[in-house]
Amino acid sequence: MNYGIVSQEQIEKIDSILTDKLIKLGVDCVIVIDMAGNIITAKDNSESKYDVYSFAALAAGNFATVDAMAKLVGEEEFSLLFHKGQESSIHFSKIDEELLLISMFGQEISLGFLRLNVVDAIEQIKRLWNKS
Amino acid sequence: MSFINLKEKVVQVKIVYYGPGRCGKTTNLEYINRTFRNQIVSEMVSLKTHGDRTLFFDFLPFNMGKIKGYDIKIQLYTVPGQVKYNATRKLVLRGVDGIVFVADAMAKQREKNIRSLNQLHENLLSYKESIFKIPLVMQYNKIDLKEHGIPILPTEVLQKDLNSRLQVPHFEASAVTGYNVAATLKKIIASTIISIQKKLF
Repeated sequence: MNYGIVSQEQIEKIDSILTDKLIKLGVDCVIVIDMAGNIITAKDNSESKYDVYSFAALAAGNFATVDAMAKLVGEEEFSLLFHKGQESSIHFSKIDEELLLISMFGQEISLGFLRLNVVDAIEQIKRLWNKS
Repeated sequence: MSFINLKEKVVQVKIVYYGPGRCGKTTNLEYINRTFRNQIVSEMVSLKTHGDRTLFFDFLPFNMGKIKGYDIKIQLYTVPGQVKYNATRKLVLRGVDGIVFVADAMAKQREKNIRSLNQLHENLLSYKESIFKIPLVMQYNKIDLKEHGIPILPTEVLQKDLNSRLQVPHFEASAVTGYNVAATLKKIIASTIISIQKKLF
């Protein structure tokens, strides 16, 4: 069994990437989780309070389900998921085989702009992760 | 995979209740949810069908307090027990740290328990885990039915069927009345934490 341990330094760097790239953009809440449903880190705009632990468990399950469906139709993966609501929407993106980045955001942000920033954030997190 | 955050000093541990359909996995979690309200920060999440059967999983986060300054967050999950849901059972097992196998002590469920345990063994192998190495506790549930005249397997039989090679701790229990539900939980948490500590230090 592998045990995921993240140093304080790593978490702080990931937090600052998430703040710079996503929270400052106006995203309500960003969570990085692993595929088992554990939270690596969570950042919010200090106005929105979500139950991030339950959210992580459901998100991991959701992503795993969609992944299994992808394999059934002969796709390697669906690396991106997006759920749209009236007031708020959720965007899921795979960082690597183990990690997922989830953003919750309102109507004031366009999906395209969010996606650009998510891609940027993921590149930076990957570089950081692979160094360790 | 347990997850350890050195900045916030939080350890997340995943414990899964596994067993055949209608053996009482969800009932275990419901009892824990009712009895330990002050240690549970959020609502229990249940993904179930209209007929109240578990469709995907139940999820209950449980705060255990601190060990050596680290906040221990126990994440309790159940799997769907119905035979047809093995694909989802496998998904829930991803990254598991400890397992409670809930066996149905009713005599007519004898074969289903054995099949479910065999499938657990296979499912763990697909994650390169071994049922012989992972922290595991056996719970022989529904022993209260004995009083109602329903044929129950004696513990010796259940032990022989399910635990003769594994040799893991076992409890007779009744998830409906709460008998030994907390004891089972305590045992699996202790075994899991010890196993994580051994691997880390």
